Amino acid sequence: MKPPRFVYHDPTTRDEALAQLMTYADEAKILAGGQSLVPLLNMRLAQPAHLVDINRVSDLASIRKEHDGLAIGAMTRHREIERSPLVHLHCPLLAEAMPFIGHPPIRSRGTVGGSLAHADPAAELPAVLLALGGHISAESQEGRRRIPAEAFFVSELQTALASTELLTEVWFPLAPPRSGASFVEVSRRHGDFALVGAATQLTLHEDGTIAAAHLALLGVAPTPVRIQAVEALLQDARPNATLFSEAAEQAMAALDPPADMHASAQYRREVAGVLVSRALHTALERAHQGGQL
Amino acid sequence: MSESSLPPQEKRLIQVRVNGVSHEAQVETRWLLSDVLRHVLHLTGTHVGCEHGVCGACTVLFNGSPIRSCLMLAVQAHGADILTVEGLAAPGGALHPLQQALRQYHGLQCGFCTPGFLMSIYAFLQEDPDPNLSDEQIREALSGNLCRCTGYQGIVAAVRHLLTSAQVTTAPQVEPGAIAEEERV
Amino acid sequence: MSTRSFGEPILRKEDQRFLTGSGIYIDDIDLPDMLHAAIVRSPYAHARILSIDTSQAAQLDGVKAVLTYQDLTLAANPLPLLIPHPALTHPHTQYALAKDVVRYVGEAVAMVVAVDRYVAEDAVSLIDVDYEPLPVISPDHLEVAASPGTPLVHEDTPHNTAAHFVQQVGDIDAAFADATHVFERRLRIDRSASQPMETRGVVARFDAFEQILTVWDTTQGPISIRNGLAVLFGLPAEKVRVTAPDLGGGFGGKIMLFYPEEILVPLAAMRLNRPVKWIEDRLEHMVGSNHERGQVHDIALALDANGRILGVRDRFWHDTGAYCPYGIIVPVITACQLPGPYKLPNYYSDATVVYTNRTPVSPYRGAGRPHGVFAIERILDYAADQLGIERAEIRRRNFIQPDEFPYDVGLTFQDGLPTRYDSGNYPAGLERALEMIGYDYFREEQRQAREAGRLLGLGLGCYVEGTGIGPYEGAHISIDNQGEIHVATGVSTQGQGHQTSFAQIVAEVLDVDVVKIHVTTGDTQRFAWGTGTYASRALVVAGNAIGLAAQAVKEKALKVASSVLEVAPEDLELLDGRVCVKGLPTRGLSLAALSIASNPIRYAYGASAPDLPAVLPTRPGPPLSPGEEPGLEATRFFSPIHATFASGVHAAIVEVDIQTGMVKVRKYAVLHDCGKLVNPLIVEGQIYGGVAQGIGGSFYEHMDYDEHGQLLNASFMDFLIPYATEVPHIEIDHIETPSPINPLGVKGAGEAGCIPVPAVMAAAIEDALASFGVTVDHMPLTPDDIRKFGIR
Repeated sequence: MKPPRFVYHDPTTRDEALAQLMTYADEAKILAGGQSLVPLLNMRLAQPAHLVDINRVSDLASIRKEHDGLAIGAMTRHREIERSPLVHLHCPLLAEAMPFIGHPPIRSRGTVGGSLAHADPAAELPAVLLALGGHISAESQEGRRRIPAEAFFVSELQTALASTELLTEVWFPLAPPRSGASFVEVSRRHGDFALVGAATQLTLHEDGTIAAAHLALLGVAPTPVRIQAVEALLQDARPNATLFSEAAEQAMAALDPPADMHASAQYRREVAGVLVSRALHTALERAHQGGQL
Repeated sequence: MSESSLPPQEKRLIQVRVNGVSHEAQVETRWLLSDVLRHVLHLTGTHVGCEHGVCGACTVLFNGSPIRSCLMLAVQAHGADILTVEGLAAPGGALHPLQQALRQYHGLQCGFCTPGFLMSIYAFLQEDPDPNLSDEQIREALSGNLCRCTGYQGIVAAVRHLLTSAQVTTAPQVEPGAIAEEERV
Repeated sequence: MSTRSFGEPILRKEDQRFLTGSGIYIDDIDLPDMLHAAIVRSPYAHARILSIDTSQAAQLDGVKAVLTYQDLTLAANPLPLLIPHPALTHPHTQYALAKDVVRYVGEAVAMVVAVDRYVAEDAVSLIDVDYEPLPVISPDHLEVAASPGTPLVHEDTPHNTAAHFVQQVGDIDAAFADATHVFERRLRIDRSASQPMETRGVVARFDAFEQILTVWDTTQGPISIRNGLAVLFGLPAEKVRVTAPDLGGGFGGKIMLFYPEEILVPLAAMRLNRPVKWIEDRLEHMVGSNHERGQVHDIALALDANGRILGVRDRFWHDTGAYCPYGIIVPVITACQLPGPYKLPNYYSDATVVYTNRTPVSPYRGAGRPHGVFAIERILDYAADQLGIERAEIRRRNFIQPDEFPYDVGLTFQDGLPTRYDSGNYPAGLERALEMIGYDYFREEQRQAREAGRLLGLGLGCYVEGTGIGPYEGAHISIDNQGEIHVATGVSTQGQGHQTSFAQIVAEVLDVDVVKIHVTTGDTQRFAWGTGTYASRALVVAGNAIGLAAQAVKEKALKVASSVLEVAPEDLELLDGRVCVKGLPTRGLSLAALSIASNPIRYAYGASAPDLPAVLPTRPGPPLSPGEEPGLEATRFFSPIHATFASGVHAAIVEVDIQTGMVKVRKYAVLHDCGKLVNPLIVEGQIYGGVAQGIGGSFYEHMDYDEHGQLLNASFMDFLIPYATEVPHIEIDHIETPSPINPLGVKGAGEAGCIPVPAVMAAAIEDALASFGVTVDHMPLTPDDIRKFGIR
């Protein structure tokens, strides 16, 4: 399985990369970490005429704490995020999701920008971004724009990015005090794509009721799914087993999952409910413990 | 008149250090790093099992980090420092402690997955893990490499031995690219 | 110093090169001027080929040849049928490149030869094949393939039935008529495949000057390939050399006569007068290398009032795929091995082998035994539960007892010889396995776990495995003038450590350190008689041949020493690489010196020559007596009278998360009897690997075909092989009931690990979910399947 022919470009500056994307647009694919794209090239399922390798573009990898969020450059490798003290401290949901992404060699090369732009429905990072209500920064020769998570994931393997745009940065909000996060997933083998997963963060009022609830599911639809009805149910409520059970029921009712060889629609729906319940319980415990994993 | 209906693939000259030795090679921009290591540099110890990143047989160290060489274009390795299985044993042939441990615990049979395991274990031990890892945790560290022969039992035993013995990795390392973390108010 | 190593877990000799990346696997072979091949494969499961346009591909820069069926000439006949059988009334094999019709996704249609594999694949994409789709036979329920009205895979094969055969013992109707209890189940094992880490490959070079064809091939049977190629290309066998290099696993899928590429690559090399290499990639391997395991059984068990088996009736269907190149060996083995360690006074096995539009089927580790064991173990468990007998107890009541050997099962095994169990101790095996798994206190542990909301279950499975079948294997041993010992045998190696275990056999006889013993397997130039490595036979058959050859060399050494030292052979002994006078170790000669002395020529070659007298004692007659040969070497063969039967018991404790359907194997124990152990380390390694494959076959691995004959999970992303996290720690203990039918007393061990695993896992899941009233009738199980068990 060898890649088909393509014209190879390796820009070293952002401007160069954007110019190439403008020129080649739909005929080009961006090579970031390569952990999703190169298998497709090897299987000849992707046959782009032009390959724009952005690994040598400077200034695309960084982790920066801003006053209300973490700004992570698109080319930041998963392994750097996994090891980052900033991420562990300020975005525990993201930190907990990282080890589920494949295996260490995949995380050595895979990037946060690449994972989000690839938009696999069973991937971890899209669900985390959606749950927390983060956003993407994208640039093209025509300018920059910010795309909120809820507008970014359009369909399976499809995002709101234009073919002339480069995803440059991802922004995750900081976890407020009295927050607890939990990321859980079920996969056939360790490190596989999830059959279904849940990403949640709970923030508590001083009196112990829920100040904010964030919840997104992966593997249950063509894109990650954030269920407003469930979050509304949890908002300002006193957390307990009955509430979480009801949240799980409502989450299941809102889902119409696909079936494939690994799991039926019924499985994904019902196990989503199980994971919602488990994740909420764990998030609550952690919120009580001061937010640390 | 014969005509190629496909355009020729560009060739580039790359420079890469492998096991401490500098190499120059003309490579097509679509050639995979695994193929270039094996068939241009003739380092056939790195094996190819799937070419889609699942089996781990092609794992090498790239600037100190474990990667799937089947998922990297060779041109992307220009300027990089690579460690393959051929770089583990001492120049005189004395086995590296990792290799000795796998042998001692019968952690290989056909040997095809072995180089990938060695490099993955090498990378894992570089992280200075807790010597008291449970069986489950050791297996998690080993997941990502498939073996069809051993049932993993000997490999797990070898890693346990390495964790609890004084042996650590000794070959030269390259610092992975560091991320600057800035605090901005 | 004694260097006895038979039975010792000595470390392996081959490890040095594997650990340093210096093994030579097929894709490591790079010859000057070499070309690379790629294959066009059918994307349709059943179609007529209307036309093939290769013009664009042929014109691509770097392409040297494009071949279709029309170009085959010498290879234009269907591929050989490896194992005919009287019941195989409608055998079919494919052509090396498809002629007119393709019958499975992946069938080879054309071959490109180019300067490298990248260009070859480019050319493949430029080849335009016009297919006319035909009806596809790929049913969810295998029996449907044989139903009237189902379209045909082969026009001349009614009901898609390649073979139908019956094996029977006693009077089954009477058995069922007399029965107090009758139980019936329908059971299913899904199609799977061996999937070694290394795919297949062939490299061929034809030396036109010497007219010698050299082939490197990832085959488990190089001698068969060599003989087959010689006949096919009209070359003398001595001018064809086939070598199996280091192989990255085999497990059965690498033995055929032939896979198409094993003919196409030599043919291309001969035609182009340049070396040609073909390396199968993983996607090709998923459809282009053989599968196995798909069977459906309707089994019925007749018991008396005490739970003793009166008879078993088993009607089963075996999916052979689009062709049956390996005959019906797998279902024959299923039929023969189903009785297992139990006394079945009456048995009726009715097998229908059906064609489907899927990849052909040939043996995969276990080779039909896992299916038979699944059937008998599941029906016994079911019967035990229904009767309120403990599952272990129903087995005890039906075991063949240790004093009942040899025990004739009454069937004909895959080698055409009687299924006669030679030795074993099944009751002791069961008790030991139960002890290892902690059977006595498990019920309490299970109860406590249930109170804590955890579901634990225990399962066990027993099996008997026919190993070490003939027809024969051979070995050549020679000791050179440096005292180094060279062993060559016709079997091949795919990770079993033959270079170590075979050396241990020689070391035991010659009392020499294994470091001086060099074993070559799988090279027809070194040894060209035999069949290959499969069916858990290499150690038994080749190992015994090696033992006999070593013994012959030892006798020769004693004879030569006797002549040189002028001492009777009975007063000499071979100790530590020297033949010396008993009780007088200083008076002796090294094997190196004896090697020199054994060649009665004028000049003594070798560093040890000075150890010999300047003038050797003369004796009457010519320097070489009639019938005597120069040198310290011998060739011997071993041909077993029939298979030797290994056995074992596996037990496991699993934990089921009924909410997610995920299963964790908490404990796994194997009790194993393969007779005498040459190297316990190697035997245990084989068992660990087999268990891992068995777990794969229980929860992860199967070939997922849709009704269009498309393989939906045709990559490692979706065909799931267990990682270390999915395989438990495995405890092993041994019982040794030596084989009385070979000199070493050994039995095979290669397949034991995987045989009973699906039965064990099914039993354990049922036990864990007993409160849900679950019966497990098929393997593998997905989390979805398991979760559904919990939905009442």
